[in-house]
Amino acid sequence: MNPVLSVRGLDKRFGAVVAADAVTIDIPAGQRISLIGANGAGKTTFVNMVTGYMKPDSGSIVLDGNDIGRRSPRSVARLGISRSFQIPQLFIELTAAENLTVAISGINARMLSFHSPAQAQDRHDKALELLGRFGLADVANRPISELAGGVRKLIDIAMALVRRPKLLLLDEPTSGVSAEEKFNTMDRVIHAVAPDAATIVFVEHDMEIVNRYADRVVAFYQGRILADGEPADVLRDQEVRRYVTGGVR
Amino acid sequence: MGKNLHPLVMIALVAVVTLFGRVLPTWTLSLATIAASNALIALGIVVLARTGNVSFGQGLFFAAGGYGVALIANAWGLTDAVAQVIIGAVCGGLLGLVIGPLIARYSGIFFGMLTLALSMVFYGALVKSTALGGSDGFNVGRPSLFGMSFVDPREADFMLYAVSVIVTGLAGIAASILFRSEFGLASLAVRENNLRVEYLGISANRIISINFVIAAIFAGASGAFALMAQRHIDPQFAYWTTSGEFVFVAVLAGNQSVAAVFVASMALELVRSFSNLYLPNTWQLVLGVFLLSVILFLPRGIGSLWIRDRHSRKGTAVGAPAAPEKGAAL
Amino acid sequence: MNFFLTIVLDGLIQASWLFIVALGLTLVFGVLKILNIAHGSFYALGAYVAASAVTMVAAHGLPPGVGFVAMLLAVALIASAVGLLLERGLLKMFYGRDEVVLLLVTYAVFLIFEDVTKLIWGVNPIYATQPYELFGNLEFAGLYYVGYDLVLIPVSAVIGFAIWFGLNRTVIGKIVLAVIHNEEMSVSMGVRVNRVYAIAFAFGVLLAALAGALTAPKISIQPGLSSDIIILSFAIVVIGGLGSVEGAAVGAILVGLARAASVHLMPQAELFMIYLIMAAVLMFRPEGLFKRETARRI
Repeated sequence: MNPVLSVRGLDKRFGAVVAADAVTIDIPAGQRISLIGANGAGKTTFVNMVTGYMKPDSGSIVLDGNDIGRRSPRSVARLGISRSFQIPQLFIELTAAENLTVAISGINARMLSFHSPAQAQDRHDKALELLGRFGLADVANRPISELAGGVRKLIDIAMALVRRPKLLLLDEPTSGVSAEEKFNTMDRVIHAVAPDAATIVFVEHDMEIVNRYADRVVAFYQGRILADGEPADVLRDQEVRRYVTGGVR
Repeated sequence: MGKNLHPLVMIALVAVVTLFGRVLPTWTLSLATIAASNALIALGIVVLARTGNVSFGQGLFFAAGGYGVALIANAWGLTDAVAQVIIGAVCGGLLGLVIGPLIARYSGIFFGMLTLALSMVFYGALVKSTALGGSDGFNVGRPSLFGMSFVDPREADFMLYAVSVIVTGLAGIAASILFRSEFGLASLAVRENNLRVEYLGISANRIISINFVIAAIFAGASGAFALMAQRHIDPQFAYWTTSGEFVFVAVLAGNQSVAAVFVASMALELVRSFSNLYLPNTWQLVLGVFLLSVILFLPRGIGSLWIRDRHSRKGTAVGAPAAPEKGAAL
Repeated sequence: MNFFLTIVLDGLIQASWLFIVALGLTLVFGVLKILNIAHGSFYALGAYVAASAVTMVAAHGLPPGVGFVAMLLAVALIASAVGLLLERGLLKMFYGRDEVVLLLVTYAVFLIFEDVTKLIWGVNPIYATQPYELFGNLEFAGLYYVGYDLVLIPVSAVIGFAIWFGLNRTVIGKIVLAVIHNEEMSVSMGVRVNRVYAIAFAFGVLLAALAGALTAPKISIQPGLSSDIIILSFAIVVIGGLGSVEGAAVGAILVGLARAASVHLMPQAELFMIYLIMAAVLMFRPEGLFKRETARRI
C-alpha cells in the first residue's frame, strides 16, 4: 500500500536553529496523525515544508509519487494538500461567505470569471453549506473583522476543506476554540473529510484531542522525530514525557 | 461594495449624460471632457488598487498611449477619434502586458515606487529624444469621427465630449461588472492576504498582472483623449506630478463606487477651473487644502483604498500600535 | 585620464548637494516613517529665501561674504520654524493612520507650497549669483572649476560626518537611532518620541532648505524646482536604502557620477539613467544598498 506522503531525510536550519533534522516519515492514506512537540520543535516547519511555503535544505517530499519538495504553495494546493493555520489566515474585510467563495473559486483558479458574479448561486450555496457544517451559517454575511478568534479558526479550517484535499494539515485546530467546542470542531472536521477518506495531520498541544482522534502520534524535538507510533506508546515514552508532555499522566 | 445598478440603467445614464452635453455651455463641455478622461485613468488605478497595489506611475501608459496615437496619426493621417482611442488603449495594454508580470511580484510600497521609477525613466527618455520633439513635444491635427470632420468648434467639442463620456462610461460599467465578479472578489482577497490566496491554489501575481493590464489599457485610452483635446503631446504626460494627479482623483473617490470616480474627477476640474478664473496661481493651493479636508473629514474616501497592507512592519504607521499578526507562524 | 577626472569631479560636485537633500529625506523617513513629498518644497524654500537674503544684503551695499552668511542664517531659521510648525501643527494630526494617508498629506502640503512660493516670489525665475564668486576659480586638469562648486564637496562631507557622529556618538543621536530601529521599544523605554519626531522633521527639512540655499547661487530659481528635486532625492534614497544615512551618501555619489558620466558620454541618458538605476535597485535589491527589509512576495 503506497503511502500518500513520503518524506525522506528532511533538513532545515535557520542559522543556528535546527528546525528539521533528518525527518523521515511515511503517511498512509486515511490515517489520522497528530504531531506533538514543544514550541519550536519543528512541527510547523514540517507543515510549512510539506505545503511548499518553505524549501527544505535537503531531503525529499513525495506526494503520490510526485516530488513536491521544491513546489510553491499554489502548486502543492492544486495537487491535493490543504492546510489551516495556527493564526487564521483570512480575508479580514470580506465576509465569511466571501472568504469561502474565494476558496471555491480556487478550484478552477485558471479560469476565474470576469463577469459571473462572485455570489453566483452555485458558489453561494456551496459557501453556505460549508459554513453550515461548522454551525456558522448565521455569520455568513459578517465581515471577518467582526468575528471572534474561535470562529475565525473554524472558517480557516472550512476554507482548507473546500478543495476536498487528499491530505489535510491542521495547525493547532483547537487552539483558541473553547473547551466545550473543541471536540465538536474535530468531529465536524473528521465528518467533513470522511467521504474522501482524506489523510489528516494535525499539530496539537492538547493531549485530550490527541488521545481521542489520533491513530498515530509523531513527537518532535529540536527538529528530530523523537517517537512515532500508537498514541498510548508514544505518550508513555520516556523521552517524550521528558521533552514534550512534561511527564503529565 | 458599491451600488448595484443594473447595467442597462448605467447605459441609460451614459446616454443621458451624453445627450445633456448638447445643452451645456462650451466651457463646461471642455471641462467635462477632461474630467471624463481623467476619470478613466483614475478608474484604472482604482481597479488595480483593489489588489492592494497602487500605481504612482500611470503616466507611463498615459504617455505611451498619447505618443503612440500621435505618431500614428501624423505618420498615417489617422484622425478618427474612435480609432485613436483604440490605438491608445492598445499601446497602453501592450506595455502593461510587458511590465505587469515583471513587477507583480513586488509588494505594496515597492510596487508603487517601481511604477514611479519606470514612468520617470520614460519621461527622461522622452525629454532627451530629439526625434519626438524633446521637452516641447509636437502637435497633431483635429480628430474626426467615422469620416466626418468637424469644423465648427462647438460640434468638434461635442464630438470629443460624446466619445469620451461614452468610452469612459462603458469602462465604468465594465469595471462595475468586474468588481462584482469572481475575479473581482479574488482581487480583493489578494489585497487582504495574498499568502492565503496562494494556498488556495490561486496565483496572486496573475491576478495582479491582469488588473495591471486593465489599468494600463485605461491609461493608454485616456492618453489618446488628452491628445485629442490638447492636440499636443509632450513628455509632461509621463511626469510624476501628472501621475500624482490621477492618484489624487482615485484617492478622492475611494474604492466604494465607480460613480465616485466621475464625481471626484469632475470636482477636481471644477476646482481647478474656478481657482484659475478667480485666483490665478492658486489652483494647486486650493487642491491641496481640498485634499487635506477630505483626508480629515472623509476618511472612507481615503483609507479604504489601501486598508490592509500585507506585511506587518514594525512601527510603520507613526504612533500606531503594531499591525495584527499575519503570516504562518513558525 | 583628464576625461575620467572631469567626470569624477563633476560627479562629486553634484553629489555633494544631492547628498544633503537626500540625507534630510532619509532621516525623516527613518524616524517618522513618512515619505515627505514636500521635501523638495523646502529645498525650493531654501533657494528662494537665500535669493531674497542675498539680494537684500546686496541692496545694502554689503560684501557678498555677508550675503552668504546671511542667507544661511535666514534659511536655517525660517526652514526649521516652518518645519516645526508643519510637523506639530499639521502632520501630527494624522499619526496613527494608514501610512499612505501621511503620504497624501505631504503631497497636499507640496501642492500648497507650490502656489505659496508663486504668490510670494512670483512665477519668473530669480537669481542670487553674488555668492558664486566668493571662492574664485580654480584651474584643474586643464579645466576651469568655480571655487564655490569645489568648496561644496568638503562642506557636504563635513555635514555628513557631523550627522553620522551626532547619530552614532551622542546620546541624543542614539535615542534617534533607537526610534528609527524600534519605535515601540523606545516608547516603552520612556523616550519622548514626539519630541524626537519634531526635531527630526525640522532637521530633515532644514537640510533640504540648506541644500537649496547652497545651490541657489548656481541655478535659476523658479517654480518647478521642488517637483524636480523631490523625485531626484527620492530616487537617491531608494537606491541607498530608505532610512539609511550611509545609503544617502552612496546613493548621492552614485547618482552624481552617473549624471556626470551621462552628460559627457551619452547626454540622452542623463535624465533617465538615474531612474533606471532606481528601478534596477528596486527590482534586484529592493531594500536598497544598505538596508534589510522584506519586499518580495512568494
